[in-house]
Amino acid sequence: MAARHKSVETRFYEDRDRVLRALRNCDRRTFLKLSAATMGAVMAKGLVPPHTFQLIEVANAAVDKNWGTHGAQGSAPFRFAYISDAHLYERTLNQRFIRAIVKAVDDVNALDPQPDFVLYGGDLAQLGSPGQLETGRQILGNLKAPVKMMVGEHDWFLDLGEKWQELFGPPTYSFDWKGVHVVVLQSVYEKDFWTARKMTPAERMQTVAGLDNAVQSRFEVGDAQREWLKNDLAKVSKSTPLLIFSHSPLYKYYRPWNFWTEDAEQVQAILKQHEKVTVIHGHTHQMLFNQIGNISFYGMLSTAWPWPYAPEGLPKLTVQMNRADPFDQFDGCGDGEFTARTDQLVDTVYNLWDRNPVTVRADYLVSGGKVDRPPAPQFASY
Amino acid sequence: MVTVTAALVAIGLVTLRYLAAADPTGVAQAQSSLPAHSVPSASRGAVVVELCDGVTHTEVKGLKPGQQMTRAQALAVTGQLMAEWRRKHPDRHWVLAQNDQASPSASSPENPARGNIAGPGETANTKSQQGDTYASFHERDFKVWQAQTDAFVNYGNQVFHSAKLLGSTIGVSCDMCHPNAANTHPETYPKYQEQLQRVALLRDMIDWCIENPIKGKTLDPNDPKMRALEAYILAQRKGVALDYGKH
Repeated sequence: MAARHKSVETRFYEDRDRVLRALRNCDRRTFLKLSAATMGAVMAKGLVPPHTFQLIEVANAAVDKNWGTHGAQGSAPFRFAYISDAHLYERTLNQRFIRAIVKAVDDVNALDPQPDFVLYGGDLAQLGSPGQLETGRQILGNLKAPVKMMVGEHDWFLDLGEKWQELFGPPTYSFDWKGVHVVVLQSVYEKDFWTARKMTPAERMQTVAGLDNAVQSRFEVGDAQREWLKNDLAKVSKSTPLLIFSHSPLYKYYRPWNFWTEDAEQVQAILKQHEKVTVIHGHTHQMLFNQIGNISFYGMLSTAWPWPYAPEGLPKLTVQMNRADPFDQFDGCGDGEFTARTDQLVDTVYNLWDRNPVTVRADYLVSGGKVDRPPAPQFASY
Repeated sequence: MVTVTAALVAIGLVTLRYLAAADPTGVAQAQSSLPAHSVPSASRGAVVVELCDGVTHTEVKGLKPGQQMTRAQALAVTGQLMAEWRRKHPDRHWVLAQNDQASPSASSPENPARGNIAGPGETANTKSQQGDTYASFHERDFKVWQAQTDAFVNYGNQVFHSAKLLGSTIGVSCDMCHPNAANTHPETYPKYQEQLQRVALLRDMIDWCIENPIKGKTLDPNDPKMRALEAYILAQRKGVALDYGKH
């Protein structure tokens, strides 16, 4: 099968190599011919360069009438981008995941105007080793916009966060941005399952890295951090919009795969005292959104691979993304962008590579699905 | 060499297979070669009959290859073989296994086979069974088979989750994209796989994944790992209707 059938990825790189070879030593006339041919190929596929990222409307004049009515004087619309779940090995072992995060960095750097900041959504490393984390930091260092880091379980469970914190600082923090209070959580703590089993740090990490094993504990924010969150939010007016970044979903989706936060209800109880709350999470590697009371949730895409939708527990408001094509490394993966609107709601763009981007407007979530429903997939999960 | 194992199976001696070594890891189950018995050739004008332990055997004089034994002849031969086996294994309590009565649940409507289950060391009640092979099995047989099958599936589970066993050169294993084999949909094969430009079986897709995202070497269809992977993936979809060709 190997000789006769090639993946989309392999064919792409072969085509690319051929073009690059031909480009060397070619005269001007040949160069023009070649560039016309490649442009033709791109157009024939219905892609408009640069096709991997599409800017969205930033501010909506119609909602400007809400300016100030929510007591958020001084708030302004702003955009931020995200890259998440890159799951890097070191370059010497695995180029596939490196290629993907580099593609995302290129996407975000191509945004014009640049976003206010870039959220990195966690799981920078696959198995939490210093080499993997450093590789990730080096790649993210190429971003033009400032980067806000969040930790994921793949970064944490080899040395319980030691190296990650050395590189990126405390995993829990908050800041104010253009009238919005932003909180970054470490939501992948787990109760000790390793000591009794006499696991080595590497075994502990490997166990957490697997989704479908029943050995590990469930994710939690934990008592101490919930206490910190309460204190942090006590200083913030109830009408100030909250933007919460969390690696785990902060709600309960599917327990067997740890698409789950064990103390989700307790965290939500703290958050819902504020009028406008948006939670943005990683970990689930799929287009995923949910609304619980006044809290809107968006799941981020991964650059490394898409997860299938879980067999049960999918939030009702989620519109599934099309099934991923396994023959295309990038399909079902991507990055994205958020717009914090003047009415304090947050829209998101799922920039699915090699597909049309999908915009999910906050109106869809807060209306309970009555308006602005995103396009349905042609092929949902099996 | 002519052997007539089947005749013995038909008259209820198959429980001797229990004596085969246990296979807790399932690796042996995944091996592609079946166990081969080694018994001496028959002398001219005779047939060698072997016991299913693969060792004990006897020669039936006057029976030509391809010729059927009479029932009386078969009973005499099997009796002789069993006696020989008992003599060699005085400590083995094979009879106990057959005395192990089936649990009450086994006679529920879901398991009508119970009425056909043979008693200890005898052919089953001829009134209540049709004399076929499966009618002679005891509930214990089903338990043993289930344990063996589970061990086989479990080996597939290990391969599925191990970049090392899969031979990945880039640290990737199946479960990274397919937790619990989700989105492998084995029930939809065979189907035309546009990307391969041909009709694919599940194993073609397993091989494709091993070669491309996993960056390993494709497996022979009879490779123990391929067989175990198929077993694991299929086992995850128990109860899903077969729907070949589905997209």
